[in-house]
Parts: sequence; C-alpha cells; structure tokens
Amino acid sequence: MSSVVNRFKNALLSLDNIKAREIILEVINQATPEAASVTIEELIYRSMSDIGEGWENDAVTLAQVYMSGRICETLMLDLFPEIGAESGKGPKMAITVLDDFHLLGKRIVKSILISNGFHLLDYGTTNVEQLVERVKKDGIQILLISVLMLPSALRIKELRKALTAAGLRPYIVVGGAPFRFDRNLYLEVGADATGAHAADAVGIVKGIISTETQWHSHN
Amino acid sequence: MAQPQLTSMQRVLTTLSHKEPDRVPLFLLLTMHGAKELGISIKEYFSKAEYVVEGQLRMLKKYRHDCLYNFYYAPLEVEAWGADVIFREDCPPNSGAPFIRKADQIKSLRPPSVKGSRVLQKTLESGRSLKAAVGDTVPIIGVVMSPFSLPVMQMGFDKYLELIFEEPALFERLMEVNEAFCIEWANAQLASGVTAIVYFDPVSSSSIIPRETFMRTGFNVARRVIPRIKGPVAMHFASERCLPMADVLPDTGALAVGVSSMECLAALKKAYGGKMALVGNLNGIEMRTWNAAAATNAVRDAIAKGGAGGGFILSDNHGEIPWQVPEQTLLAISEAAHTLGRYPLAIADNNAA
Repeated sequence: MSSVVNRFKNALLSLDNIKAREIILEVINQATPEAASVTIEELIYRSMSDIGEGWENDAVTLAQVYMSGRICETLMLDLFPEIGAESGKGPKMAITVLDDFHLLGKRIVKSILISNGFHLLDYGTTNVEQLVERVKKDGIQILLISVLMLPSALRIKELRKALTAAGLRPYIVVGGAPFRFDRNLYLEVGADATGAHAADAVGIVKGIISTETQWHSHN
Repeated sequence: MAQPQLTSMQRVLTTLSHKEPDRVPLFLLLTMHGAKELGISIKEYFSKAEYVVEGQLRMLKKYRHDCLYNFYYAPLEVEAWGADVIFREDCPPNSGAPFIRKADQIKSLRPPSVKGSRVLQKTLESGRSLKAAVGDTVPIIGVVMSPFSLPVMQMGFDKYLELIFEEPALFERLMEVNEAFCIEWANAQLASGVTAIVYFDPVSSSSIIPRETFMRTGFNVARRVIPRIKGPVAMHFASERCLPMADVLPDTGALAVGVSSMECLAALKKAYGGKMALVGNLNGIEMRTWNAAAATNAVRDAIAKGGAGGGFILSDNHGEIPWQVPEQTLLAISEAAHTLGRYPLAIADNNAA
C-alpha cells in the first residue's frame, strides 16, 4: 500500500479528521509525487477497503469503520459539495433498512458510497410493500439493503418475489449480521450480491455498472 | 467411572468452578419458542408472566436442558424508559425509534422506577413463579442490558458512537444514569428468585470498539456495575468477539462469558481457562438449516473444544435462539449434548495442539 493511503487510513483509524483533511488536500494539490500518484477516489476506496478488511479480521472495530466513513463523507461533502447532489449520471441507487430500526450499517455504507462519488436515495426504514412502490416510482436499478435481524434478511425473499410480480428486477445488494454468520444466505433470499464489509459495496456497485451498459433493458 | 447424575443447578455450579460435573450443561436460551409451545403469538406470549412461566417450564421438560431463561426481549428495558416496542409474528420484539433524539436530553434524563414499571414488574413476577416451580434445582437466568450498550436503543447506534468519541461529559452523565438503573434492575431480579444475571454488552466487544476506548468506557462501567450486582454475573457479547479481552475481562468480576461462533472455542478456552467459564458457541443463524447430523456434529465439535476440565456451558452464540430454529433441531442438539457431553469425555479436539 502506498504510504499516502496508509497515512490516510491511520488518520481515519485515529479519528483524526484534521490530519485526514490535510492528506486529502495533499492529493488534490498533488503536493508530492506520491500524493499525485493516487486520485481522491482511490485514496478513500483503498483506505476504506483496508479498514473493512481489518474489521473482518478483528483488527479494526465497527466504531472505527463508522467514524472513518463519517469523516470521509464530511470531508468530501465539505470540499466537493456537488457530490451529494443527483448528477443524473450512473445507476439509480437507493439504500434502506428492511423492517428494522438498526440503522448503523446503512449509515456506514451510505457514507462510503457518497465518499466515492455515488449518489443514492436514502429510504430509511421500509417494509416490503413500501419498498416495491418506491423502487417502481424512482426507477431504482441497484437497491442496497441493510439488516440486523434474521427475519428481516429472510423477508428479502418476499421482496424479490413482490418486485418480480410488479415487473421489476433491480439488483439487490445485501449486508448485515445474518449474512456474516451464513455466507450463502444472500443466495437463499434472492439477492445478487453481498459484501463481507461495508467498503465492499463500492466494488460491488462498480462491478454491476461495468456489466450493465444498457440500464433501461435491465429494469 | 461415571459420576452420579446431578441436578441442573449442581451441574452448572460445578462447571462454573472449573470442575467436570456429570455432563456438559446445556443452556438452550429460548425466548419466543415458548409462544409456539402455547400456540399463541409472540406478542400475546410476552403480555403475561404466566405465559412465560408455562412456556419456560414446558421447554425445560421437552428439551431436557439446564436453565430457565427469564428473558423477555432486548427492548424490555427501554420500554420501561417509555420507548416503543415493535412486535412481529416471527422475530424478537424490536426497539422502535430512539427516545433520546438530541444529546442534550441526557442532561435531564432520569431512570425509570423498577417498582413503578409494569413491564419490569411482570418480569419479576415470572421470576418468582419460576423459582417457586423449581426451587434450587434449576438455575433461573435473568438479563440486563449493560449501561454501556443500552444507549444503542436509547439513542441509535450512530449517534451513540458520536457521543462516545465527541461528547465525553454527556457520555459520562448517560453512564451514571444507566448504571444506577442497571444495578437496581439486576438486584430486583435476583431478589425475585433469579439465580444469575447475564450482562449483555455487545458494544464492549473487540469487534465494536477499539481496546483503548473499551478500557476507558465499557470496561470501567462493567467494573463499577458488576461488583454491585448481588449474584453471579455472565458477560455476553451477543455473537460478537471477545478473545482479545481475555486478559482483562476477569477483572470485571463476571464468572462466565458468552462467546461467538466467529472465534475458535479452543483458543477461547485456552485464553479464559480457569478464569471465566465459557457459554457458547453454536451458530444460531446456521442452526435453522441444521439436520440431526449437522446438529450432532456442531455439538461434538463444541464439546471437544470447550468441554475438558469443566468451565463450559454449551449454548448458542447469541444469547437467544432464532424463532426459525425448528423443534427437531433443538431436540437433536439436546440429545447430542446428553450423549456426547457425558464426563469423562469420550471425544477430544483433534485439532488441539
């Protein structure tokens, strides 16, 4: 890992937002050859991926993952206010928590995606019926669902069925504790992908985008 | 030579003293399954103490395990603080929207009165009835949310993490209020007849907060609270990891620790052996898909890694078995625990060093 990414990651893990901001400015200003060797997007994605992998290996904690994502989101929205706005480009994405008030996972994934320049709608907590309506109304192509409870995870199967019945076939990307304890659960509930940690959402979304050139034919 | 059969209480006390009883004790930490026994909804089941008592006693008989679990649902305590609880037909009752919406509210926060809370009194009533039913033959397990983890339901996880790292004075004030409540609630349960308290503290897990933060927050809270609980206490991290905390957790005064399926039981046994008994670590999420053979294999593996020398209670890794786990799986787990868990153990961990 390049030392600028390493320094940024360490600033995030130490919750040092001042140092993190300094490093982002180094990259923006290409202050050193090393800082010029990465884009801001790479800086954040690589740092957050490494932090996410660290969480999987118990080297990094959930609190650090959340606070790191929050620092990235705050800095990026401060330095580039336009990234929070809908650009009209890219897939239509939404994120939600299904049947639950445990919102932390959604908040982390949202922060990481925004920090990587994606726009997404935040549906908060929804149920299956509300979600089908909103996916239809907003033309959602990638739906990210965070759950904590097993029954909420199992309800995604009902959601997929209801979406299909409504003639909708968005990509469903899922995450949360039940999917960590049962690695095949995402297939059982009809999701297209799951991540081991929040930063995986960026790679998954990029992967979907790379395979989909004609979004209108998918939905 | 095989030992004479002990009561569940004797079995558990023996293993908690790090000696081998007649067999590995089994705690099936069942809550909602009592509603299935009575043929009523989860919401109705938890509406009356008598239903919980009947459900627990029927499950004790059916599954031949070693405890009664006087735990209703995780948001019971925040319900006493005035929060909403959301009931669904197939999952544990869930906490509604957080009732601390702004951190400033913490300044004037007051804990609820245990005596004045209908839901807490209902739990004490079932504790008394269970004690009357089994006396000292079966341990009755009560539950508290740790003062350090309760704020996840009080104010939401994201806002709580921000409070821990950015508002130390308000954090300390919240701990002060929650600690007073936790101690009163735990001791009221013990006075009702409950034998031991499970102190659920997932936020303290090494998966959730950095060690240095834990040492100045959750650890200090546990060290202040647990010694003031007038009975045995087990710390539980609700499926999250605790292996890296083995060097300090015994200093809290807790006698046992609930361990995760994400960590190797043999490594946990080595780290905690002789200092804290282990409770775990069957994977509750996978359990719903197990057939009898899978259940037997999981039990065999856990006993082989954790059973030697006592200091081990076979249980699930979360502290609550999902509603989706069928009766036949629970019966298979129980049967395997009774046959494979008999001391001296006939099975050993093949992977042990």
